[in-house]
Amino acid sequence: MELIVEGIRKAFWLLVTGDPEVMGITLLSLRVSGLATLVSLVIGVAAGTLVALTRFPGRGFVVSLINTGMGLPPVVVGLFVTILLWRSGPLGFLGMLYTPGAMILAQAVIATPIVMGITLAAMQQLPKKLRLQILALGATRLQLVWILTKEARLPLLAAVMAGFGGVISEVGASIMVGGNIKGYSRVLTTATVMETSRGNFDTAIALGIILLALAFAVNLVLTHIQQKERPR
Amino acid sequence: MKRLLCGLVIVCALLFAAAAGAQQAPAGQRNIILATTTSTQDSGLLDVLIPLFEKKTGYFVKTIAVGSGQAMVMGQKGEADVLLVHSPDAEEKFMAAGYGVNRRLVMHNDFIIVGPPVDRGGIKGTKSAGAAFKRIAGAKALFMSRGDNSGTDAKEKAIWKAAGIAPEGQKWYQQTGLGMGQTLNVASEKQTYTLADRGTYLALAKRLDLVILVEGDRDLLNIYHVIEVNPARWPKVNAGGARAFADFMVSPETQAIVRAFGVDKFGSPLFFPDAGKRVEDLGK
Amino acid sequence: MSGAGAVIEGRGLRVTRGGSVIVDVPSLTVEEGEVLSLIGPNGAGKTTLLQTVSYLTKPFEGDLFFRGQRVGPECPVLTYRRAIAMVFQEPLLFDATVFENVASGLKIRGMKRVVIRQAVAESLSRFGIAHLSDRSARSLSGGEAQRTSLARAFAIRPDILLLDEPFASLDPRSREPLIEDMQAVVRSTGTTTVFVTHDLMESLRLSDRIAVMDRGRILQTGPPEEVLNAPVDEFVASFVGVGTILKGRVKKSGRDTVTVSVSDREVESACFFPVGSHVILCIRPENVTLSVQDGTIREDGGPVTSARNVFPGTVTGVTPMGFYQKVSLDCGFPLVSYVTMQSRESLKLAEGRRVTVSFKATAVHVIKKE
Repeated sequence: MELIVEGIRKAFWLLVTGDPEVMGITLLSLRVSGLATLVSLVIGVAAGTLVALTRFPGRGFVVSLINTGMGLPPVVVGLFVTILLWRSGPLGFLGMLYTPGAMILAQAVIATPIVMGITLAAMQQLPKKLRLQILALGATRLQLVWILTKEARLPLLAAVMAGFGGVISEVGASIMVGGNIKGYSRVLTTATVMETSRGNFDTAIALGIILLALAFAVNLVLTHIQQKERPR
Repeated sequence: MKRLLCGLVIVCALLFAAAAGAQQAPAGQRNIILATTTSTQDSGLLDVLIPLFEKKTGYFVKTIAVGSGQAMVMGQKGEADVLLVHSPDAEEKFMAAGYGVNRRLVMHNDFIIVGPPVDRGGIKGTKSAGAAFKRIAGAKALFMSRGDNSGTDAKEKAIWKAAGIAPEGQKWYQQTGLGMGQTLNVASEKQTYTLADRGTYLALAKRLDLVILVEGDRDLLNIYHVIEVNPARWPKVNAGGARAFADFMVSPETQAIVRAFGVDKFGSPLFFPDAGKRVEDLGK
Repeated sequence: MSGAGAVIEGRGLRVTRGGSVIVDVPSLTVEEGEVLSLIGPNGAGKTTLLQTVSYLTKPFEGDLFFRGQRVGPECPVLTYRRAIAMVFQEPLLFDATVFENVASGLKIRGMKRVVIRQAVAESLSRFGIAHLSDRSARSLSGGEAQRTSLARAFAIRPDILLLDEPFASLDPRSREPLIEDMQAVVRSTGTTTVFVTHDLMESLRLSDRIAVMDRGRILQTGPPEEVLNAPVDEFVASFVGVGTILKGRVKKSGRDTVTVSVSDREVESACFFPVGSHVILCIRPENVTLSVQDGTIREDGGPVTSARNVFPGTVTGVTPMGFYQKVSLDCGFPLVSYVTMQSRESLKLAEGRRVTVSFKATAVHVIKKE
């Protein structure tokens, strides 16, 4: 118990003194996960909307795939991305292994099915005739998608939060493809694992607390936006 | 609809490239991938040496700390440029198969057998590690093993084997599958014996309820070599960088730093520099 | 054959789904400025036909012409869609303010903000919801929401307005004022309108022409009076509220009337059919008069009333139907009459009461039985 108290104290200390290493790690966490969420948002919303609005053979199969993808174990994703990015792998020529770019890639792969699945559900929940009404108002297909997306903005915001939450807290893929290199690809989660394995529990707890605070702060903002628009 | 998707994919690709490019990482030949073990990284020695090396040579070192087994496999597959490991048997096989060149002795530290102050097995002061292990097995006293194919784990298994004991499966022999620091914590919690490297033990000693019981046996030496991955086998390997790093590790200035490392913090050094010596001469 | 003022013309419109024919309309025209209603029972295909006309349902067979140009090859689909406006049974508003909803059609067309503001304000006031302009669409009542939907449709000044049972989900209190307002707007703007409803009264009130549909086909098209009083077959007759439909055989054929034997009675009708024809008689209940006077002939032997058909009958039941009373009678054949509440009371109409039933020969519409 006192370990946790020690950890909280250390967390404060690290933050208040602006410990440069911790600051760097925190900023990198934000940058990597933020970019990954952004990428997953763009691809996920587009693909989710596409699947929601069109009929094609094998659609049921694709939807099952997406729903399965939402629960993809991050560590498995990390393994596959590593194999792709190895020097001897198909994408080895990119030289991307053990870089933050690889982490963004892996996290985007993890987050995209989540965003896709929630977008799909959100779009399908819109009234079926709404699509016809929008078309009857003279919308082009592009305008149709844009308006439907705006109508579903609340659940889509939830999708962003889910995607972000999923990747800011993941560690398996980040360690494998990032390498946890000091000052370069070390993020809050990978640093926590390392400190734990070294036995520096107070530091590990401190980093964990910072991670929780970060996730909480981001979600606080997004939730505030979402609830402001909540139907009265 | 198709156009929209294409546009989005392009936007993503651009974002991605921007993100990846926004890192300070130098490209191509300025990168060296160093595969080493978690215990080496955890000792903190590399946190001192790597920045010095980088500043001196301009290379960017990606230190990948994994288990000893994985480090060797990375070398076998050409995914690393240079190895800093401490599993002599596995290393010799590695060299024999032609995966590495220029295997050079760098330093050593030692393992110690630690355990609860109670010392049920009565091993305190035993000179031979193998004899101590025999006593532990005889008393069926709890022993915590790492069981993770690391260098430490390999050393431990070798001692059991030499003592003619097969501890696997016995109730008093438990395996954590975790790193050294965590294993020590578990051992302390459960008051068991364990084999640890001196460096990690010293770093955590204050919080552990374990004492040093056996030390100094030649069998307990933990010997570090630096191996360059064979560029003839894997052309993509950064042979120049690997050579530079290996040279750096055995250079006199670096060896001096190794000798002094940890003294102010723990009162005794964590590593003993050995560049240029012969393995047979160590421990005498 | 399309008139000079045909805005829309459909030829050979067919929609099949899962093997069954939903819509089969060889020809349909909508004239400029008219209000055409599509009525029929549930499942008649009215909504599907409307969606075909709006080019929202694909695929369908056949061609649609907008002002003489074929939609698709000659007139781009988007151009056509932007010339129409559609309102559904549900308001289908966007999650935004009333103003933004009404403006949405204009925004889609890329109009300038000043133009939009003007058009929206006008549309809002036409439908009496200018005071709701800044309210969130989520907070509207059913009637207000449907007004917003209509205002949204009108704001774009459509060439054709398509309505799919727009008043069906409203409560009576909201329906009435809205129907009136909509009628006023349609009349004053002269907007060509096609609307679907299952409520006969609504269509009678609002339409210039009615098209009766059943099982995908249009059975009869014509002005309300014509459809009401001269239904083309049994189905249309019963749908438009002809209370009495009788089968009979032409017994005598005179100069301007025929005598049809029905059960064991004879009914006269003002039309011509050859003797021996099997026919169906339609008698609207509003045209059946009841009296408790026994006499059917004057003292001097002539008839008391100009109605050619006078029968004694017995009341078999009286059902209140809102504004009127439906009286079911047996005169040797079943007959239905509508009377007012006062008449019911003053004539003491109840089950078993003996009355004299009369209706004119001109009120008997005869259809040839196939």
